Amino acid sequence: MNKYKLEWWKILTIVLLYYSVIGGFLIPVPRLHILNESIRMNYFHVPMWFTMMALFTYSLYSSIQYLRTQDISFDDKAAVALKVAFFFGGLGLVTGMLWGNATWGTFWTSDPKLNNTAIGLLIYSAYFVLRGYLEDETQRGRLSAVYNIFSYLVFIPLIYVLPRLTDSLHPGSGDNPTFRLFDTAHNMKLVVYTAISSFILLGFWFFTLLLRLRSLKKIHDEAV
Amino acid sequence: MYNSQKKNLQTLKHLFLKELTLELRRKSVISGLLLYLFSTAFICYLTFSLRQNQITPLVWSALFWITILFTTINTIAKSFIGEKKGRDIYYFSIASPEAIIISKIIYNFLLTVILSFTGFLLFALLLKNPIADLGLFCLIITLASMGFAASLTLLSGIASKASNSHILMTVLSFPIVISVLLITVKVTKNCIDGLDRSVSTNDIITLLAINCAVTAASYLLFPYIWRS
Repeated sequence: MNKYKLEWWKILTIVLLYYSVIGGFLIPVPRLHILNESIRMNYFHVPMWFTMMALFTYSLYSSIQYLRTQDISFDDKAAVALKVAFFFGGLGLVTGMLWGNATWGTFWTSDPKLNNTAIGLLIYSAYFVLRGYLEDETQRGRLSAVYNIFSYLVFIPLIYVLPRLTDSLHPGSGDNPTFRLFDTAHNMKLVVYTAISSFILLGFWFFTLLLRLRSLKKIHDEAV
Repeated sequence: MYNSQKKNLQTLKHLFLKELTLELRRKSVISGLLLYLFSTAFICYLTFSLRQNQITPLVWSALFWITILFTTINTIAKSFIGEKKGRDIYYFSIASPEAIIISKIIYNFLLTVILSFTGFLLFALLLKNPIADLGLFCLIITLASMGFAASLTLLSGIASKASNSHILMTVLSFPIVISVLLITVKVTKNCIDGLDRSVSTNDIITLLAINCAVTAASYLLFPYIWRS
């Protein structure tokens, strides 16, 4: 039996995750009215969306590659990346709701940023429905790749452009149009950057695992 | 170069005219859609005639856009789903996929605009007309039709390849058209309130940008759907 050796970037992921979780809960944060300790959610909420966007973008890239090369492995990559991205999007919603409950007093308000994000995730859930409907492998690959590219195009204005045109409660939208990472306290910057990179690495790790599971399943199905 | 462009334009024109002739030849489809529109508007009228004062401008706007959305999805869904099986092979042999998608988008745009304005007329007749800024509202109907036509035509092409295509069409199209709808609903509210047009300029530019992006994406992506 050969010994399983952890790759270097996986060790890095674990170390960075430890740092962001421990630092996220313990490193002092600025005392702000209303926000109080809920500001720590920033360390976990923001990285979820970064991870989701990174994986959506990777999925977009894979879909484009699939259309160019007709190599079915790209289709697998696009589908798996989308699945993981969807999972992180769901976590982003949940963490955001917890934070909203602490600061705004409700889990959900009719805010453009919140609603549009929910719609955006709905767009991507239709992708899985589409895959379920199509039987033929190459056809499924081609059509779902087209839908993926198309929905990325609708997703970006929905999440990043429209909320900025209206008033929004959400930090970073409405009246304060830029992402205020550069204004934050020095301590927070350290943890936020680490958390973002560590969660993106974690997302990529999930992705590789699911991809391997998928190809093993394929081999298994072919053998039977 | 110039010749090929001219040829493409000519194919486009022929394909567009073909759609139009086919539509006019079997009037059942278009009259069915008009009937659909009319009965929806009439149901709204009957329901609210029980208590006239309850139809506030916002209720009007919601009913109007729901009606238009459903009619449009039904209209555009048929552009690929309704095609007979062997016919697409024939089209493929005589025209480029780009010409086909653009001609279909233009044709669907025309059809949607006609249906939307008919819907507006019906709503203004049966219910009342709460729109203060008519010019802007007409512009927004036209732009929304453009957005619907551009995004739904491609989705109709995708859905037509699957079994149960009508359900799939609905599932795929609702989330996609919402970004267009969000802007139109917002601008409709501005039209109802009769706000100054400068308030809506940003929204209209965004809508126009989304339309352009979606049309470009359809143009680029359609050849890949076509191949199967």
